[in-house]
Amino acid sequence: MTERVAPTRTPAFEARLKQRYASERRFRVIGLSAIVFSLSVLAFLLVSMGYNGIGGFQRAELTVPIDFAESGVAGDASTLSGPTGISALETQGLPDVVAFYAEQALGAEGAAELSPGAWREVAEAVVANPDILRETVTFDLPASADLASAMRGDGGDEMRALAERLSSEDKLDRNLDVGFLERSDATDPQQVGIWGALKGSMLTMFVTLLLAFPIGVMAALYLEEYAPKNRWTDLIEVSINNLAAVPSIIFGLLGLAVFLWIFPTYRSAPLIGGLTLALMTMPVIVISGRNAIKAVPPSIRDGALAIGASPVQVVFHHVLPLALPGILTGTIIGMARALGETAPLLMIGMRAFIATPPDGFTSPATVLPVQIFLWSDEVNQGFVERTSAAIIVLLVFLLVMNGLAIYLRNRFEKKW
Amino acid sequence: MVTRIHPNLEDSDAKMSAKGVSIFYGDKKAIDDVSISIPTRYVTAFIGPSGCGKSTFLRALNRMNDTIASARVEGEITLDGEDIYRSGMDVVQLRARVGMVFQKPNPFPKSIYENIAYGPRIHGLAEDKTALDEIVESSLRRAGLWEEVKDRLTDSGTALSGGQQQRLCIARAIAVDPEVILMDEPCSALDPIATAKIEELIDELSGRYAIVIVTHSMQQAARVSQRTAFFHLGKMVEYGRTTDIFTNPLEERTKDYITGRYG
Repeated sequence: MTERVAPTRTPAFEARLKQRYASERRFRVIGLSAIVFSLSVLAFLLVSMGYNGIGGFQRAELTVPIDFAESGVAGDASTLSGPTGISALETQGLPDVVAFYAEQALGAEGAAELSPGAWREVAEAVVANPDILRETVTFDLPASADLASAMRGDGGDEMRALAERLSSEDKLDRNLDVGFLERSDATDPQQVGIWGALKGSMLTMFVTLLLAFPIGVMAALYLEEYAPKNRWTDLIEVSINNLAAVPSIIFGLLGLAVFLWIFPTYRSAPLIGGLTLALMTMPVIVISGRNAIKAVPPSIRDGALAIGASPVQVVFHHVLPLALPGILTGTIIGMARALGETAPLLMIGMRAFIATPPDGFTSPATVLPVQIFLWSDEVNQGFVERTSAAIIVLLVFLLVMNGLAIYLRNRFEKKW
Repeated sequence: MVTRIHPNLEDSDAKMSAKGVSIFYGDKKAIDDVSISIPTRYVTAFIGPSGCGKSTFLRALNRMNDTIASARVEGEITLDGEDIYRSGMDVVQLRARVGMVFQKPNPFPKSIYENIAYGPRIHGLAEDKTALDEIVESSLRRAGLWEEVKDRLTDSGTALSGGQQQRLCIARAIAVDPEVILMDEPCSALDPIATAKIEELIDELSGRYAIVIVTHSMQQAARVSQRTAFFHLGKMVEYGRTTDIFTNPLEERTKDYITGRYG
């Protein structure tokens, strides 16, 4: 009689075991390399953005001292306050005064390369503090786009020579441009700012959230907790799933056809943009909301029902609080998508050139991704860096928004 | 075949009674023509093999089957002579009067205090915070949990052990002062020590509430109940005093089941 060998001790079994370990190792290597690849792509993206973007947050500026006492420009807090302050200074000839002192400091060639709107920055400084009209003040005023690109080594020889001369005289320098976060779109890359688009994005996102979140959550709750399961609810479910997959530009067409038809005067307004994006975001919130609600254990519902809670109490006291973290996750995804959306907003006219920040939900505005798209289309070299800087602003906005949502999610998260 | 009722089952005042009750899930008949009268101050046990419909029948007693879309109840179930399936019946009020404890402990993921206070609060049973505190304390005391949790009422109910969680669920059920408590295999997820505690608790509560308990354990039915109904394949086979059912079953099937021949 031969001795019985256990099936787990045979050479064949051991060979199979080796194979199993080998396939496990292969899987790990593949997974790890996928992660390394994505991380390196991300790192490359961030580094190149950051490198270009730093330039975008800087501006070529010319140093111009202005002796206001000598110039004859006059005024005090009472005459210069309010919206008429700048035009009052304009009628007193401030542009010429600035041009005169620029010529003194930089020579005729240099003064010609002052950005055309430079005097406005002087005017704003004066309005902010009229006392400086009695002193000599040194301003860093934006150079022209040509001079700025010459400073980077582009453009004609003459301009490059001028840039070199002014730099060596310490009159031309690249300075941190805080104003980038305070100004709006302009034709001159030296004069542009992101505030208009950022504010437009904030207003649009606010409208989107205000509409998509409550409507999406209510729809999800109704479909999961109340709606009878029949052909109609199946149809609604399929429609919502399809809606989430519809290309975003179609939503733009819908916004154009419906919302702008109802409110024809609100073209380019954050209100219309927000409505359009809310339509796009809602299905995402409904789908993730339904999944989160489904994941709430039925035993919790039973427990609440069994002590006499009404269905609405079960939903609002038990189901919704437990589903909220999941719903918020879906909302983050939907809102992040909406924030980065360009195509539907082009359709409803948010691609217009808008040089002032919107002062409400109904005034014309643009949003960050559209602004990036518009700048990336510009011929002028100066816009390349500005585009990167705008992307950084967009990413930071996105991170702040998501960080807030994740913080809220963690606060509501409960274990059971 | 009709239910065999033991002859010496005296007529006690019925808290709930069922007449010719059949329950369907879609086309499938889960309970077939069951009639039973549940006495006021006793513990009634439903026993029977898995899938015999005893839990289904129990859930019909406080209309928890309403949550299952395909479930349908025929016949008449009354609470104090009032048909609970009539059209004007208030289900919320019914469930406040007929509480339920489930197989798996299901405390809310809230604090221990909130678990107990939730029922009285939604029904407006406490006038102020002091009254609510009193209800919470007395409910936990009656469930034999007060000494164990009095110093950590703000801890999550889900942080308790399995047996404590189940007693918390019982305390939650009695906090709204129901008239009947339904228990669906309340000890099946618990160890013997926790089971003993729950059984002790059932014993103490039985003087005050009508209790109906579904159990898989014959010993448990024998220990805690005064009335026993044996279910098999959707029918109620036999009903009588627990001592009669266990010592002198009328039906062969009952005898086979309680002697462990199947089930």
